[in-house]
Amino acid sequence: MSERGAVPTVAPLHRRALRLIGSFTSPLSPDHYLEMLNPLWSTLELRGRVEGVHRESATAVTVTIRPGRGWEGHLPGQYVRLGVEVDGVHHWRAYSLTSDPQRADGRIAITPKLVPGGKVSPYLFRRLRPGAIVRLGGVEGTFVLPTPRPARLLLVSAGSGITPIASMLRGLARTRELDNIVHLHCARTAEEAIFRDELRALHDRRAGYRLHERLTAAHGRLTPAELERLCPDWRERDAYVCGPSGLLRVLSEHWRTEGDPARMHVERFQPLDWLDDGAGGAGADGAMAGDGVGCGAGGSIDLCASNIRAHSDGRQPILVAGEQAGAKLPHGCRMGICHSCVGRLRSGRVRDLRTGRVHGTPGELLRTCVNAPEGPIEIEL
Amino acid sequence: MSATAQRPPVAPPIEVAPDADPDNRLHPVTDPDNPLRRLTPEQLERLGQELDALHEEVYADLGERDARYIRATIRLHRQLAVGGRALLLGSRRRGLWIAGTAALSVAKILENMEIGHNVMHGQWDWMNDPDINSQSWDWDTASPADAWRHSHNYEHHTFTNIRGKDRDLGYEIMRIDPHQRWHPVYLLQPLYNLLLMGFFEWGVAMHDLNFEAIKSGEKPKAKALAELRAIGLKARRQAVKDYIAFPLLSAAASRDRNAFKATLVANFTSNIVRNVWAHSIIFCGHFPDQTYTFSEREVENETRGGWYVRQLLGSANIDGGPAFHFLSGNLGFQVEHHLFPDIPSSRYAEIAPRVRDICRRYDLPYNSGPFHRQLGAVHRTILRLAFPGGRVRPKQGTYGEAG
Repeated sequence: MSERGAVPTVAPLHRRALRLIGSFTSPLSPDHYLEMLNPLWSTLELRGRVEGVHRESATAVTVTIRPGRGWEGHLPGQYVRLGVEVDGVHHWRAYSLTSDPQRADGRIAITPKLVPGGKVSPYLFRRLRPGAIVRLGGVEGTFVLPTPRPARLLLVSAGSGITPIASMLRGLARTRELDNIVHLHCARTAEEAIFRDELRALHDRRAGYRLHERLTAAHGRLTPAELERLCPDWRERDAYVCGPSGLLRVLSEHWRTEGDPARMHVERFQPLDWLDDGAGGAGADGAMAGDGVGCGAGGSIDLCASNIRAHSDGRQPILVAGEQAGAKLPHGCRMGICHSCVGRLRSGRVRDLRTGRVHGTPGELLRTCVNAPEGPIEIEL
Repeated sequence: MSATAQRPPVAPPIEVAPDADPDNRLHPVTDPDNPLRRLTPEQLERLGQELDALHEEVYADLGERDARYIRATIRLHRQLAVGGRALLLGSRRRGLWIAGTAALSVAKILENMEIGHNVMHGQWDWMNDPDINSQSWDWDTASPADAWRHSHNYEHHTFTNIRGKDRDLGYEIMRIDPHQRWHPVYLLQPLYNLLLMGFFEWGVAMHDLNFEAIKSGEKPKAKALAELRAIGLKARRQAVKDYIAFPLLSAAASRDRNAFKATLVANFTSNIVRNVWAHSIIFCGHFPDQTYTFSEREVENETRGGWYVRQLLGSANIDGGPAFHFLSGNLGFQVEHHLFPDIPSSRYAEIAPRVRDICRRYDLPYNSGPFHRQLGAVHRTILRLAFPGGRVRPKQGTYGEAG
């Protein structure tokens, strides 16, 4: 089954009313008719209406969304799964929410980075227009500040790693808690720096917020030595770090050997580099080069629901390999026509044995009888 | 833009022998007139590759316009349903009754055929949409989605027109092919065919249960019971909606007790209209005179190309305009549908010239005819084969320009 948005919680009375009216609409739900008037009214799935698309920098765009009924808010630093239709096909990506959760207008915002050659981010960057309806999945993520916030904060961000931290800063600005914060922010060039004016304005207006901006194309990457120079008391601060895996590796090592690793909090965007966007992690959308998934003939197949691991040499389709490993799998024609055998891909890439085409994104429905794994895969069967 | 919209390339016909397999060694097809016997294994393989390539070409081209089409169709169904139901609030007035019943009938037909049948085939799964999806869709007919997908998508579409394996050949209650042995009960088939027309959705639901498999123990009792319960649930929902809820609403809206009955009759009528229409279109898909049936032995070790040819020989098209095809769920392109059951229905008209061209080049029949002729042939066969005997009807021969 294809991924769907979060299911809004509905008051019991409302639920009962819907069930009653459902006698008139079966097998459809009353929502299927109501959503013709306003897609945001659906109680089947959380949706949002795009109300603003704003070029944030040469390579990032801020999308402002009015969430439908049932949006339960977020904590600064969390991300949301977003479902958009590109060329008729639904794609899901996770993006950090960049807005203050208590925005007066009730809207939320994400700020994806453009990944040339990607599927979703070029669409958001170039083709998305206000009025479009998107699907909203659950809000997730543990990269959040505790309450009350730590007395002394160090924020380190690089590239689109600024996105979860932007939400934190906006929240803290609203509650007037912008004190004793040092922020080291890296961007490749001034044109690519996201939220540059806003961060500088905060630095100018609030004495408690010290911003150190670094343009890495001109001045090179941030090193532990420079951390010492820019923020000598880093050991006494709770650090929140978000950026490319190279930077995270270097800094984690530094905290482990020189500081207290328990005081370092990291948002690691998952390096799903086989996704066509280069990366599918929260907000990263290609910001990082991952370690890569082996591409070759066949691979292991994790049948999540059956709790069985199978292996294909590249010629056996998932269905056959799974059956040989003892799994009981749905099947039908075994030639790709009847869709009885479909299972949802959780991770990995597959090769269509009929065409040789390599494809597959998480959440996609696959016919197991005509697809073989290309590297390790997980499938919900 | 799309390659499928271009004129088909004109290629010379393939050299085919009058009978490439006189000794019956290459194919076990015993019928000497079967066009399958004119093709060598190499030709069959090339044919399979050509059709695979056509499938691939269409799939590579699917995109926004297709997504817009199915959304618009679904929206149209919902608008027609709301409009029809609203008109029937005034069901005591003759004009409103007729308009409402007509709108509701068309809505039910669209929902059943162009939307339900095709979505549940997985034709729109490529969109990765959680709603317009073969695994989550349910339709307003008596057949529970899961059971129908098994008996139709898998059994019928895999074993098309194989006698003894394709249970859709006469739906196990009719003698539709002279190869079937006659039994006195078939004397009644013209009569129960009429009943089946009116209550087709119930016939299909019962057919999905597969009584033979239950009797033989092939289908576990528990599964059969669960399916029966699912049908019961669907029956209850349809009855509540069409025969209680909306009639009550009409009576309340018009403060006229007689409106209950008028709306109930209107809803019943629209269910019957939908059933008769679906029955007529679907029976034209495989039962007109020109289609071939196969014995199990004839399809032993069938290749991909052989499978395609069987689909081609076993299906028949109906000629018609865009409105006709829209209202028949594009099943008037039964040939294209059976070659490519997972290609979105809106694409069948576009690929039909290409399929015809392939038929021409491989000297294969492309069965098509006007609705009245195909339907006439179906009912003639049902009448004739109610009685013992009967011969396989003469075929129209190989591909002709008439197709």
